[in-house]
Amino acid sequence: MAFRPIATTRSATGMPTGRLAIWWLIVSEIVIFGGVLASYIMHRIGHPEWAYQAEHTNLVAGSVNTIVLLTSSLLAVLAHNAAEMGDGKKAAKLFVGTILGGLVFLVIKSFEWGNEIAHGYTITSSGFWAFYYTAAGIHGTHVLVGMIVMGFVAYDAWHGRELQRIEFAGIYWHFVDVVWIFLFPLLYIAS
Amino acid sequence: MLHLTQWLVVPASTFADDIDFVFGLIFWMVGFWYVLSNVAFFYLLFKYRAQPGKKALYVTGTEHDLLKWVEWPHYAIIVCDIVIIAAAVKVWYEVKQDLPPADAEVTVVAQQWAWSFVHPGADNKIGTSDDIKTVDELHLEVDKLVHWRLQARDVLHSFSVPAFRIKQDAIPGRDIMGWFEPNRVGTYDIQCAEICGIGHGIMGARVIVHTPEEYAAWVASSSQH
Amino acid sequence: MSHPEHAHADHGHAAHGDHHHEMSFSEKYLFPTDHKYIAKQYMLTGMIMAVAAGFFAYAFRMQLAFPGMSVPFFGVVSPTEYNSLVTQHGSIMVFWVAMPVLIAAFGNFLIPLMIGADDMVFPRLNRLSYQLFLLSAILVVVGWFVPGGGFGGAWTSYPPLSAKAEYSLTPAGSSIWLAAVAVEFAAFLLGGINFVVTAMNARAPGMKWHDVPIVVWFICIASILFMASVGPLIAGAIMLLFDQQLGTHFFDPVAGGDPILWQHLFWFFGHPEVYVVLLPAIGICAEIIPVFARKKLFGYRAILYTGIATGVLSFFVWAHHQFVAGIDPRMANVFTITTVLISIPIAEMVFLYIATLYGGSIKFSVPMLWALSFIFCFLIGGVTGIFLGASGADIYLHDTYFVVAHFHYTFYPIAIIGTFAGVTHWFPKLFGRYMDEKLGQIHFWGTVLSFNLIFIPLFFTGLAGDHRRIYNYNNFAELGTPDLQWLRILATVALVIMLIFQVLFVYNFINSIFKGKLAPTNPWKATTLEWTTPSAQPGHGNWTPETMPSVYRGPYEYSAPGRDDDFHPQNVP
Repeated sequence: MAFRPIATTRSATGMPTGRLAIWWLIVSEIVIFGGVLASYIMHRIGHPEWAYQAEHTNLVAGSVNTIVLLTSSLLAVLAHNAAEMGDGKKAAKLFVGTILGGLVFLVIKSFEWGNEIAHGYTITSSGFWAFYYTAAGIHGTHVLVGMIVMGFVAYDAWHGRELQRIEFAGIYWHFVDVVWIFLFPLLYIAS
Repeated sequence: MLHLTQWLVVPASTFADDIDFVFGLIFWMVGFWYVLSNVAFFYLLFKYRAQPGKKALYVTGTEHDLLKWVEWPHYAIIVCDIVIIAAAVKVWYEVKQDLPPADAEVTVVAQQWAWSFVHPGADNKIGTSDDIKTVDELHLEVDKLVHWRLQARDVLHSFSVPAFRIKQDAIPGRDIMGWFEPNRVGTYDIQCAEICGIGHGIMGARVIVHTPEEYAAWVASSSQH
Repeated sequence: MSHPEHAHADHGHAAHGDHHHEMSFSEKYLFPTDHKYIAKQYMLTGMIMAVAAGFFAYAFRMQLAFPGMSVPFFGVVSPTEYNSLVTQHGSIMVFWVAMPVLIAAFGNFLIPLMIGADDMVFPRLNRLSYQLFLLSAILVVVGWFVPGGGFGGAWTSYPPLSAKAEYSLTPAGSSIWLAAVAVEFAAFLLGGINFVVTAMNARAPGMKWHDVPIVVWFICIASILFMASVGPLIAGAIMLLFDQQLGTHFFDPVAGGDPILWQHLFWFFGHPEVYVVLLPAIGICAEIIPVFARKKLFGYRAILYTGIATGVLSFFVWAHHQFVAGIDPRMANVFTITTVLISIPIAEMVFLYIATLYGGSIKFSVPMLWALSFIFCFLIGGVTGIFLGASGADIYLHDTYFVVAHFHYTFYPIAIIGTFAGVTHWFPKLFGRYMDEKLGQIHFWGTVLSFNLIFIPLFFTGLAGDHRRIYNYNNFAELGTPDLQWLRILATVALVIMLIFQVLFVYNFINSIFKGKLAPTNPWKATTLEWTTPSAQPGHGNWTPETMPSVYRGPYEYSAPGRDDDFHPQNVP
């Protein structure tokens, strides 16, 4: 693109355009996950027996995954620091670490799901399992999308371009992390 | 008086007049504001049409002597709002929240695309052997307060009896209770008021409000089967 | 031209041609990133969808007026087709006509021009938004032709009817429709983020919050309302799609689900959605009325705050759609109060618009006629809403044609009148030419008069008990009367007349694009920045870097004392 609009370089609020956009994106995402979680909580209150079904989830896998995501978020923070210093190569390396964290998360998740499905707990088994797979599935999709986006951002950073995007992608990743922090106790922990 | 309520279906239950009253009250209140706004609107359009050599005024909308023309009507509207809310909530409470003691009970079951009814029969109790079951025909006795129990078999339906001014969605897996007291002998429509599939447009039934003698005769003749 | 930089600016296009880089055909028309071409894409797509949805209305209204007849150009309307026609008419008019034209087309065209920016802050994201939207439009059209026919469970799509193929009898149509709606939401989420960030960050130097034109404010507020309300429905759509395709039971009461949950998710979005499309339309009127009354808006800040207040309140009224749906009856009282209270900011806003006319020098040009008829018609829509928001009266009126007439008196002014107002007003900037004034006047009177003749009779059939989505009223003893049938025929005849009048508009629109009288840069002598672009039809970049405007005052300085001409543009020091 030969033409780069002046609009893209303006900052009337004083906040970088990319960061502003990420925050608005997160606002709309909060409402989406809010809808899922509010629906789930309403049902959960109406169905005390779901607590017994939640006992069949794999608490260990869920806990490990929580730690994996938190670690990957930490790497994203370090990448942001590196980007602030202008060290694109270091930032890219750290970001690859974040992406690997996401990958580990998804691999653990797929083993977990495979095991549960093998035991007969599928999405149609009950209302609880329907929410379990749907909520975690929507979250998993966000993890996947985040990994792809971070891949592009890391590639650019390695070549010293668009270093500010490390921060924006990082904010998004922290959000995905926070969503999991809410999902984990609601879905895994019984009673 | 402009009889807008004459367009409504002839009322045939005790609370129908209350609902029509709320309707009439809102009609006159908003009608007043509607006419007043339009008078102001068209008067200003005519008075301030472009004329050669006449320049528009420079008014910002913060002048107090002008602002009062907007503010006072606005306060008056808030008062009207409160009156409307009070009337609406009062009638709503009577019709939907309150459940006065019943003289009789019926069960209404909606399904794609028919209504079936369970009448209590001679012992005036539902769930006994003399219950009278009908399809697309509900029989009631005039001036008797009836509790209805509404059920659905498949999808959402809505039990609407325009003459009684009652409407309630039916939800599968749920019993919904309500009441009415027919006060006018006659035959009225029951219509499904919630889209329920391709037969929604034929899902009607009739409610027959009998005199006490007629009703007793109907119970007697139906119980023989 | 009294302003030297304008005179200079009119030649700017040629002099600084290197800035407006030459665009190839595909860059310009197929995959543009220029906000003005994306705006035109949205507008054209929306208009094509409007033709389809208008044709559907014609088909089902003909069936209602003359039950069982073979409708010309359609054929006999079966009950299945009838349900499908009303469902598709409703969802297309809201999601594929009102949304793309009012928010996306006018938002795209006006926001950068009015805040003095040369494009959106994310031009390529903007292109992606349109492509997603186009995909959703194609999807919904595909849904009409799959086996079983198009989805017919009403635009509200209440489960269990919408969730199970054995009830709806449209196994593929339901899911395709739902997927199309979900993709459309994603497109408008991305678009909305772009609008809001652009208006926040890309304003011209000197443009403070209260120098931003009302329409830009209102499109941004609408985008935020959309963002904050659509999330639960996106989640709900995924859940409903799983119910349809995977056999889950989120909304199936027999297996522990809850069909009312869908209604909450739907209306938590559905009611703010009314204001999502209302605000841009009423914002368009806020731009037009000052120009043709040569008057400053009566209370810029008050209008802005009433818009915000309406938007906030709209989140707390949703359950008035569900008074008789089986919710806790005590909740209805809360929602009656909030619903009736929303009349406070909206009545204030309408009063302020009417007050703007005071002391004006009003010229009844075509855009002004549309803007004024918006006020007139919307007022009817507003006051009839009180009947439905008041729980006691709603027991009788719920799901009758009174509701249909009421919301058409809001949506028609919004989607149709608002669009005509905007198109006729900004046509000189969109295409560099004037539209024909005389044809415009004929089209205006023909459309507005016939519109009122469609829906006033429907208020009365609603009062008499006509329920919605019934394909033949002769099946009900109380409704199959000759008196009511005459009203239904009147409404249908008026609809046909109104549709015929639209041919005039299409002719005027196309003819004026190519043969209309050439328009100058600022044909209406308006003050806002879009009229300062160097040419009547600006290229990519809108201004040259040297003529990018700075802002010195608010947007509605008309007839200010101490000036020779009666307007003081925002960019003139």
